[in-house]
Amino acid sequence: MSANLPVLLVVVPLLCAPLAALTRRPRPAWGVAMLAAGWAFVVSILLLSRVLAQGTISYHIGDWAPPWGIEYRIDEVNAFVVLIVSGIAAVVTPYARRSVEREIDATRIPLFYTAYVLCMAGLLGISVTGDVFNVFVFLEISSLSAYALIAQGPDRRALTASYQYLIMGSIGATFIVIGIGLMYVMTGTLNMADLAQRLPMVDANRTIPVAFAFLAVGISLKLALFPLHLWLPNAYTYAPSAVTAFIASTATKVAVYMLLRFFFTIFGAAFAFDVMHLDRVLMPLAIIAIVTMSLSAIYQVNVKRLLAYSSIAQIGYMILGISLASVTGLTAGILHLFNHALMKGGLFLAVGAVMYRTGSVRLRAMEGLGREMPWTMAAFVLAGLSLIGVPLTVGFVSKWYLVLAGLEKGWWPVAAVVLVGSLLAAIYIWKVVEVAYFRERSREEPVREAPLALLLPMWILVLANYYFGMHADLTVGVAHRAAQVLMGVAQ
Amino acid sequence: MRILGYYNYWVVIFLMMVGFYTLISRGNLVKKLVGLTVFQTSVFILYISMGKIEGGTAPIIMQGQHVVYSNPIPHVLILTGIVVGIATTAVGLSLVVRIKEAYGTIEEDEIHVQDDVL
Amino acid sequence: MSDRVILRIGAKVLIPFILIFALYVQFHGDFGPGGGFQAGVIFAAAFILYALVYGLENADRVLPPTVVYVCAAVGVMIYAGTGVLTLFLGGEFLDYNVLAHAPEHGQELGIMLVELGVVTTVFGVMVAVFHAFAGRGRVER
Repeated sequence: MSANLPVLLVVVPLLCAPLAALTRRPRPAWGVAMLAAGWAFVVSILLLSRVLAQGTISYHIGDWAPPWGIEYRIDEVNAFVVLIVSGIAAVVTPYARRSVEREIDATRIPLFYTAYVLCMAGLLGISVTGDVFNVFVFLEISSLSAYALIAQGPDRRALTASYQYLIMGSIGATFIVIGIGLMYVMTGTLNMADLAQRLPMVDANRTIPVAFAFLAVGISLKLALFPLHLWLPNAYTYAPSAVTAFIASTATKVAVYMLLRFFFTIFGAAFAFDVMHLDRVLMPLAIIAIVTMSLSAIYQVNVKRLLAYSSIAQIGYMILGISLASVTGLTAGILHLFNHALMKGGLFLAVGAVMYRTGSVRLRAMEGLGREMPWTMAAFVLAGLSLIGVPLTVGFVSKWYLVLAGLEKGWWPVAAVVLVGSLLAAIYIWKVVEVAYFRERSREEPVREAPLALLLPMWILVLANYYFGMHADLTVGVAHRAAQVLMGVAQ
Repeated sequence: MRILGYYNYWVVIFLMMVGFYTLISRGNLVKKLVGLTVFQTSVFILYISMGKIEGGTAPIIMQGQHVVYSNPIPHVLILTGIVVGIATTAVGLSLVVRIKEAYGTIEEDEIHVQDDVL
Repeated sequence: MSDRVILRIGAKVLIPFILIFALYVQFHGDFGPGGGFQAGVIFAAAFILYALVYGLENADRVLPPTVVYVCAAVGVMIYAGTGVLTLFLGGEFLDYNVLAHAPEHGQELGIMLVELGVVTTVFGVMVAVFHAFAGRGRVER
């Protein structure tokens, strides 16, 4: 059983999804989703501890040796990403029970949880597989269920947001498939490790740079890198609260993992950065993303849209770290995957509790909430401090490593951009804090505090921000090892 | 004459550009989905034409020696791709049906006008 | 359309042949073009033709929507269940060699089982999608 854990991580959620569709009531369907999320979390912790102790795990599906068969290959990078996805699922699913009952029609809740568990299974599958076409299949599984989940939002603009995401996401996935096809035509294999060995041996030809370009654009669409981010604000704003919290914390992180896997493991850092000059494209786009998206966030009147623009800026931080192409830079980028999931997860869960009680997420509806929903707003403030990067929080640790990585290469502007981004984040977090604590209520009736079922997951994520901010050696250690694996540095 | 020998790639590029242009330039939501489908079909043709080997036959084992088979892997990949394309089209069309019920129109400009009024 | 005699008689004659052809495509996936997905779509086409000619109410009596949803879900569970079964029998996931006494028979049995799962799910999903689209205008909102 324990030897089969890599594949059981994905198969049990895949089995739970149709089971949730067969239950006809909301509570059993939620129970099945809880089972899948809990299983995934436990298995991901076991896998991470095994990888840290023994090194890369390799599992052959169908007992066909790679490269003939599909291989599931877990190293430090994968195990960390799988932990992020399953951890967020394990926290958001208990929250979803009451939040979803309030926002979605009861007859559709079983199918909602089916799509939710399928999305989780797809994201887990992308993270563990060692075969590039399998990545595409799981990418489409998770994307299609995400489109269906986002369209469940109460506002009718959720439908157009989901449609826009569908069009742009399908373009991205098709570009990725073109890139995979061109790589296959030149090397004859789909296994990642095998591709990494064969690509340097291919004769100099225009096909491989073209494959690289298609993959870069396709993956950038999925992770909402600056000019290709247009689907994200609408998708996050109009989706149901639990869906926003889950997808904001996981989908773009897994897309960043895909970028790392394709460009560092398969093509190799030397090809990507010295021959194709990927850093000259990624770094300017990341810097523009951080500055312009933080500025856009300041002008929003809808809190979810504010946090969505903030997410695009935070993705800019991750890409900035990756584009530095050094072990410290990669450590900062990978670390920020985990930290941002904690920060944004907590913020979106808090906003979801506000939606649960007041029915609106506009800034005006949050006036005076500091007194009426003290625990929720306190969670928002604490997570917001982490977003700004106050010391003792995980946000500070990520920005510290980013600045270190930039100074290591002697590029002062990187440190300056990180500081400017923190200042802008302080402005938009203060906007919400000022409305909640320093204004009088303009709604007719007071609201009560959010129920315990919503408060507990929120506070677990917020306190995790501070725990991992003070005991940073746990996450930094794993991220550092992952960065070394990606850069090919012998340990 | 080498350029004409690559006619399969010319077909792929033509379909890909037609599909992509339709996807971007048309404002009708259903026409966008049509463009997306043509775009995905061009990718299928890219894969299948890559798998063809000169003188090769269908990759199903026949009795007899020295039979040249075409590569079966692209066929497998394309079956998966076709199913993914169908699922995408189904999700997209069901979204269009619900958008029509909610907004009364499926032209993108009119939908934007209705949203801005809110 | 139930008052068009030619359509009704034509559908009645064709539907059994479509169903048999779907079974043929399902089992000849090893030897020719075919397999689970194509067979599932052809199966669903027979029922959709029936619904188009005879109306949705009659189609619902022939094939209740509950059965369709159950088919769609159970097919996935058959496929994944085959993989888990091979895990219990001692092999890797989806290792068909352990399913029977000899590897060749195990491979045949394994492929047949997963194709059965595929055809069930595809059939269920295609009919369900048709009902979801076609039944739209009649439900009171």
